[in-house]
Amino acid sequence: MNFDLGEFVRLAFQPTGAFVGGLAITIYAAIIAQLLGVGLGIVAALGGRSRNRLVRSIAGFYVWIFRGTPVLVQILLLYSGLPVLLGIDLFPRLYELGPIEIRGNVIAGILALGLNEGAYMSEIVRAGILSVDPGQTEAAKSLGMTPRKTMSRIVLPQALRVIIPPLGNEFNNMLKTTSLLSVIGVSELLRVAIDRYSVTFRPFEPLLAACVYYILLTTIWGFVQARIERRLGVGQAGSTPSEPGFFSRFTGFGRGGPDVPANPGLLGGH
Amino acid sequence: MSVFDRPPGAAVSHDILEAIGGVPRPPTDVIIDARNVDKWFGRLQVLRDVSLSVRRQEVVVILGPSGSGKTTFIRCVNHLEKIQKGRIFVLGHLIGYREVNGKLVEDKEANIARQRQEIGMVFQRFNLFPHKTALENIIEAPIQVRGMARDEAVEMGRALLSRVGLEAKEAVYPGQLSGGQQQRIAIARALAMKPALMLFDEPTSALDPEMIGEVLDVMKELAREGMTMIVVTHEMGFAREVADRVVMMDEGVVIEEGTPEHFFTNPTNERTKSFLSKIL
Repeated sequence: MNFDLGEFVRLAFQPTGAFVGGLAITIYAAIIAQLLGVGLGIVAALGGRSRNRLVRSIAGFYVWIFRGTPVLVQILLLYSGLPVLLGIDLFPRLYELGPIEIRGNVIAGILALGLNEGAYMSEIVRAGILSVDPGQTEAAKSLGMTPRKTMSRIVLPQALRVIIPPLGNEFNNMLKTTSLLSVIGVSELLRVAIDRYSVTFRPFEPLLAACVYYILLTTIWGFVQARIERRLGVGQAGSTPSEPGFFSRFTGFGRGGPDVPANPGLLGGH
Repeated sequence: MSVFDRPPGAAVSHDILEAIGGVPRPPTDVIIDARNVDKWFGRLQVLRDVSLSVRRQEVVVILGPSGSGKTTFIRCVNHLEKIQKGRIFVLGHLIGYREVNGKLVEDKEANIARQRQEIGMVFQRFNLFPHKTALENIIEAPIQVRGMARDEAVEMGRALLSRVGLEAKEAVYPGQLSGGQQQRIAIARALAMKPALMLFDEPTSALDPEMIGEVLDVMKELAREGMTMIVVTHEMGFAREVADRVVMMDEGVVIEEGTPEHFFTNPTNERTKSFLSKIL
């Protein structure tokens, strides 16, 4: 065996500036791409339910294309293909947004990941919307609410309960999928590891160190997700969360009043 | 126990409509005018040439066996269902459609929504919003649809809650309320829009027997105060006591119509007689 323990421990537990920077890019690329994906997913899911045939077709086409082709190909098409095709430097080396400087490949990468994620999120949002009792829509309509108000005030908040668990799963995936951005030179975790062994010729140690960071990120996220779901009362009908937090106040699910028993099924007749 | 015995703790105070500023004054005397309505679900015809008009402050009870089209009919009145033939006018305006060269063309959603503001509806399964408290359920539409100031809506909502005997449940979510309580809140929620008429779609059919009375009490009080109502129900006692007019439907057809006295003592139609003999 030819394993340099010192090299691994240094990279994993006393990270160089490059590894810390890679970790930061991985985190913010994943978060921004996921937010973009959620936004696009909601738009595409609503578009897929539109009365307008053209809007429905566009939404359907988007989901079809982005779920039907590899995300790595999409990243390359957007970053390498599109600027050549259009003859415009879409993603210059450096974007200057006021005080912040962002590299063009980071922007292209986040965009591609977000676009891809939107297609998957749209299916998750669609399932969430379908899970809401049609009686809710009828009640909202009968009160004179427009379809838009009905969706934003009544249906989507209730759909959230069904959307949150798979959304957490998607974000777990996203944290790792950012590694694909290494192929367009984004200095995220994997790129930093590759750059390291292209100098040392010892691939195993930096790659294993990168894995330590990935598993750290997904583990932390796992705890965050569990906490969110507990507050939402996901999967525990009629249960009351230990402390009413933002999500339970926001959705009103699984939250008992101060003088109210937790399980309404036990109340019977009054 | 008769269903009209009032269970303890479900006191209904008088003047429910006082909470929404008095009896709504619709601009027309004829509130609903349905003419020759036909409706199909696919190849199944569920309404056949149904004509029915309801005047201001009238309480019309629709009876009939299940599958007779009575629920479908009142759902057509606020355009939760499309119709294929005929016309339904609510407050003098065609609901759900515009007439173009003698043909019905479905109206824009925004226009339909505006018309529905004047039509309160109470559902068999309550359909309260589970992510909102009792009070939030009531004030949601007045604020979001009518543009009412929040303070004003809250004040009205609290008044309505107390008139249906549930002022203590203001901050409670529907999941923690009994069926009877949920339905009374659903009635308050519909009233909060100050509708010109109220549609009740089997409002007590999903309730345990001991909760039927508290809901019927609220409805009786509303009728007494002059609310215009169409009620689909199997509660014969309610029909006899409260209705101005009883309409019997069977297989999508209105087969008999008349005062409760006529209806319960001297029905003429054979099918009405057999229906009543089974149910009374």
